[in-house]
Amino acid sequence: MAFRNYILVCGGTACESSRADQIYQNLIEECKAQGVADEVQIVKTGCFGFCEQGPIVKILPEDSFYVKVKPEDAKELVSEHVIKGREVARLLYDKESSRKHAKVEDIKFYQKQFRIVLRNCGFIDPENIDEYIAREGYQALEKALFEMTGEDIIEELKTAGLRGRGGAGFPTWMKWNFSRQAANDTKYVVCNADEGDPGAYMDRSTLEGDPHSVLEAMTICGKTIGANKGFIYIRAEYPLAIHRLEIAMKQAREYGLLGSNILGSGFDFDIEIRLGAGAFVCGEETALLHSIEGHRGMPTPRPPFPAVKGLWGKPTVINNVETWANIPVIITKGGNWFNKIGTADSKGTKVFALTGKIRNSGLVEVPMGTTLREIIYDIGGGIANNKKFKAVQTGGPSGGVITEDDLDTPIDFGSLVRIGSMMGSGGMIVMDEDDCIVDVAKFYLNFTVDESCGKCAPCRIGGKSLCNILEKITIGNGTMKDFETLETIGEAMKKGSLCALGQTAPNPVLSTIKHFKDEYLAHIVDKSCPSGTCKKLVKYTINAEKCIGCTACARKCPVAAITGERKQVHIIDQSVCIKCGVCMETCKFGAVEIH
Amino acid sequence: MAKMTLEELRRLRDKKQNELQKRDIEGKDSRIIIGMGTCGIAAGAKPVLDAFLEVLEEKHIDNVSVTQTGCMGLCYVEPTIEVIVPGMPDVIYGKVDAATARKIVEQHIIGKQLVTDHMFDRPAADIIKKDGGK
Amino acid sequence: MSIVHVKINGIPVEVEEGTTVLNAAKKAGVKIPTLCYHDDLKPFGSCGLCIVKQEGSAKIIRACAAPVSENLSVITHDAELFEVRKTILELILSNHPSSCLTCIRNGECELQDLAVEFGIREQPFESRISDRPKDTSSASIVLDPEKCIKCGRCVQVCQDMQGVFALEFIGRGDGTVMAPAAMLQLEDSPCVRCGQCAAHCPVGAIYEKDETDSFRSAVKDPNKQVVVQIAPSIRVGLSESFGLPAGTVTTKKIYSAIRRLGAVAVHDTNFGADLTIMEEGSELVARLTKGGALPQMTSCCPAWVDYVEKYYPDLLDHVSSAKSPMQMVGAIEKTYTAQKMGVDPAKLYTVAIMPCTAKKYEAIRDEHMHSSGYQDVDLVLTTREFARLIKSSGIDFLHLEEEEADSPIGEYSGAGTIFGATGGVMEAAVRTAYHVVTGKELEHIEVESVRGLSEVKKGAVDFDGTPIRVAVIHGLTHVKEVMDEIRAAKAEGKQAPYEFIEVMACRGGCIAGGGQPYGANDELRVERSAGLYADDKNSKVRCSHHNESIHKLYEEFLEKPLSEKAHHLLHTSYQDLPVYKA
Repeated sequence: MAFRNYILVCGGTACESSRADQIYQNLIEECKAQGVADEVQIVKTGCFGFCEQGPIVKILPEDSFYVKVKPEDAKELVSEHVIKGREVARLLYDKESSRKHAKVEDIKFYQKQFRIVLRNCGFIDPENIDEYIAREGYQALEKALFEMTGEDIIEELKTAGLRGRGGAGFPTWMKWNFSRQAANDTKYVVCNADEGDPGAYMDRSTLEGDPHSVLEAMTICGKTIGANKGFIYIRAEYPLAIHRLEIAMKQAREYGLLGSNILGSGFDFDIEIRLGAGAFVCGEETALLHSIEGHRGMPTPRPPFPAVKGLWGKPTVINNVETWANIPVIITKGGNWFNKIGTADSKGTKVFALTGKIRNSGLVEVPMGTTLREIIYDIGGGIANNKKFKAVQTGGPSGGVITEDDLDTPIDFGSLVRIGSMMGSGGMIVMDEDDCIVDVAKFYLNFTVDESCGKCAPCRIGGKSLCNILEKITIGNGTMKDFETLETIGEAMKKGSLCALGQTAPNPVLSTIKHFKDEYLAHIVDKSCPSGTCKKLVKYTINAEKCIGCTACARKCPVAAITGERKQVHIIDQSVCIKCGVCMETCKFGAVEIH
Repeated sequence: MAKMTLEELRRLRDKKQNELQKRDIEGKDSRIIIGMGTCGIAAGAKPVLDAFLEVLEEKHIDNVSVTQTGCMGLCYVEPTIEVIVPGMPDVIYGKVDAATARKIVEQHIIGKQLVTDHMFDRPAADIIKKDGGK
Repeated sequence: MSIVHVKINGIPVEVEEGTTVLNAAKKAGVKIPTLCYHDDLKPFGSCGLCIVKQEGSAKIIRACAAPVSENLSVITHDAELFEVRKTILELILSNHPSSCLTCIRNGECELQDLAVEFGIREQPFESRISDRPKDTSSASIVLDPEKCIKCGRCVQVCQDMQGVFALEFIGRGDGTVMAPAAMLQLEDSPCVRCGQCAAHCPVGAIYEKDETDSFRSAVKDPNKQVVVQIAPSIRVGLSESFGLPAGTVTTKKIYSAIRRLGAVAVHDTNFGADLTIMEEGSELVARLTKGGALPQMTSCCPAWVDYVEKYYPDLLDHVSSAKSPMQMVGAIEKTYTAQKMGVDPAKLYTVAIMPCTAKKYEAIRDEHMHSSGYQDVDLVLTTREFARLIKSSGIDFLHLEEEEADSPIGEYSGAGTIFGATGGVMEAAVRTAYHVVTGKELEHIEVESVRGLSEVKKGAVDFDGTPIRVAVIHGLTHVKEVMDEIRAAKAEGKQAPYEFIEVMACRGGCIAGGGQPYGANDELRVERSAGLYADDKNSKVRCSHHNESIHKLYEEFLEKPLSEKAHHLLHTSYQDLPVYKA
């Protein structure tokens, strides 16, 4: 038999230390005492994520959320809520209105996350169109086809204030409007699903979990601008997303929600999938369009912009997956609903892929304006393994690092730029004390150099030069002049590169130099890597207290850098040592140490 | 399924919404929904799926549907599943493996008790449901 | 076209809608630095030197590509832009060898010009030069990857302007190279040797095979008698190499220079052009009256011939069997002229100065080019090589006296001289074919409808009641439309709506050939062509069939057009060639 009530006691660390265990015990006793032990299951769960209001107790099925609970409250909770079925108002979160009457937009706060883009992910079977339809799916399309004009739709988007989520943050209504106003019989709608930033998987999850949201949005755009053909350009490394999209398109076509004469409206719109082939640069819109055209994926100068002259020279709206996923909700709930979420310059939510040295890594969707601290500590659970926070990198290879000082910055397009980084597509990588910041910059530069298309001189040559300099620094050959050189080349790349790949490639370097100059100086002047990551800069030494003089390491050393008689403490000659690490591997006594 | 007109789409939507609600109220079917995005699969969702099917068959339980879904937002505790049993709260379990799957069938579905160690909360409210997800 | 008002560094300028910021700046007397930009090509945006700032915004735009907009105000030069441009240039130079002194482009290099403009005095960045070897597989063109600055012009030219696709971007990022697909050698690629890549390359990464030393040896060799012919385009092209305005006709100075260089006889390819008209015109009439594949297509352009052999081998029966004027002259020199001069043809060394790189290959193509029993044309030098030769021989070109060419191979009609311009062959052919077919003389011998830079010119000339439909095409990428028409008609057993088609591989015709002085753009093409049309107007004889020397040649030697002798010496055949020799 099912239980009448389930009492969940938050067992997260914060709540534990506030006596959650005591509460748990008291509840068990009270249930016994008040005779409802058989009807109630009391369980301890993981962290609810609302630590500042802990200890937390949640009672189901009413979904009552009790905060700042004390052990002595157990009696009342059982007698009032369990037995009499009345919520204990004074303990409820949000005293003004109980959860039953709260409007959706008021509920978000304790959980910090607000899922608009990911609204259906985790709720529906993406391979079953009926489930999408049941959750207001294609309702926006109905409105767009039968109740709204193109102008109405543009107005709604303008009111909503949606800005592109691919990284540039261009106002979506404006882009659609340019295409709408461009005089041409042929226009196109394109979805950029070439998500290439290392560590970013927001678009993948959206397409795998809710492919119809993108199909519906693109069809609405087609109607708005006067296009009958759409393309989804998706990287070939996402086979499951491609598979789900194909199924979704097939099902949509069967239902007449895609293809000719949609819902009997007389409007035709169909979509074709085009696969990428392993080029990060094809996420840049002009390179992407050229790739669809069958040409080499290289960017071309803008202006003219794709909205006016895009695919095959025709007006083309190209938006990121996340931007598309927002559209149906804006149409069904209205632009005014949307613009209440977020900040003055950035409306709505943003999905971030929170990864790195964080306890609870994963996708988080938060209203714009949420602070970095809230994301990292409240949602993310803080730094793993009790290490110290060092920096968080946002914007992928285009972004900069953000340090402790700026963690209370509310996130939006403008604020991140002001503190030297950028939103990008949503990657958020957390670093701790064990990460070498120079190595991080080197990693990103290696990536952009590898992915550079090679067309323009500033990126092709400048990027490689920056990379070589960083490599030099990490193996101990850096000089003070390198700072100036990095700065000069960085500026030339920022201003002279043809596309954002090159323009933003210097950001990780320049940003890390700004915030972590000391670490760079350690590498350049002291020839040492404080975090112990740069292998060539670590010092191998023998701990005199542990060494028993067995000579094993000296014999294995390929450059004979170790001296010492049998049974005498051995010494490594630093001027000869090539830091291969064989001695450390060989020593059975842990006497070889790294600095 | 044939191409629909506007009216037919609206009727289908209502029908599906009712079906979902009916299930809760009339207490007919239970559902196990498994997160089958790439992260879930990479973490081991497929063996979990197989385990559920195996245990349910072993116990001759035939009123539980096992379906898939996308990312629930609990990437750090994948594989994740949602268990919907009429009369019980909808629960999300994380860090599920084959052994946990068995436990869930035995304790939660048959025993109507929550499996304590693996319970997690959805990270945000459901904006589609009018009341935020009750 | 509406007028747009913009400000360049505060200077107000009015330009037509669609004008780029780069060209709007020119109107204000402002020269924005460029490197990868070329008038002939769509703006590419790879070098980054043309960046300018938009006033009141942090936005940087590329002037070469950005169209003007109403009230746009740009800053083209300031301290910041200078620094960024200089750094970009220094980065490019760090990838480029510092071997200017030994480079073929020394003194004529766009990168050198920029280094001067920016006052480059040091190389602050680590030097990384490519170690890929030169590609010398082609008879006409050399690829030197060490000097390549990856501006992309050659690929754009070969693909967009010429439609040949011999060059492509291979690889990506720092490892990008411009090379044939699969890194094949140029000779094994679709390359038709038109040399437009070399003509557009800003540096010494692609250039004509320099054979000036062969000329010097021949002249020094007591066993060789050097005879030189000059193509129509040389007389208007060489002027630019000596600082004269484009299109200045310097024919008689050139003749003088050739003698000073040590040649025993000076001939003119224009004579060969007249001869070509006689042969090809007669061939056309034969096809029209007796039968044969129609339309007939010209064959004087070796790059075009190679293109047909590779891309349209099914249409080879349409190509005229007549050799090019250069080859005709060579064959005649080694037979008729040798006889006349009393020289053993084995000792005759025939040189042709051509605006064309493909001609170097034409001279050794097959056994037809040895019809005299010897190689008909021993050496082909491009205009650029010729200029270098003159400059290295102590000849003060500008102050040379004017001289005449040797007779008869030096005498030509106005029809012969216009061969160098697109439409010129057609016009020359029409002037003579009209006479052959109708027995009358064409009243308006200047056929305006086939002149000018329109890529595909179509028209019909009324041959006294019979309409002869013609098409004139220049730039290989533009032949597709008409070739498809011919193929489609052929498939139905019909004739496409043309009788005669002229094709020049190079835009503008030979006057802007792959071997002509650098810097060709449409303005220059018009000026050079104008020089030829003026030369035509100033000629005593305007039609090929009125050239007395031509009559003499037939009387004394060839008998008549399409005779057996004419066939042997002046006609050739073609073959189906693979696009890629793998």
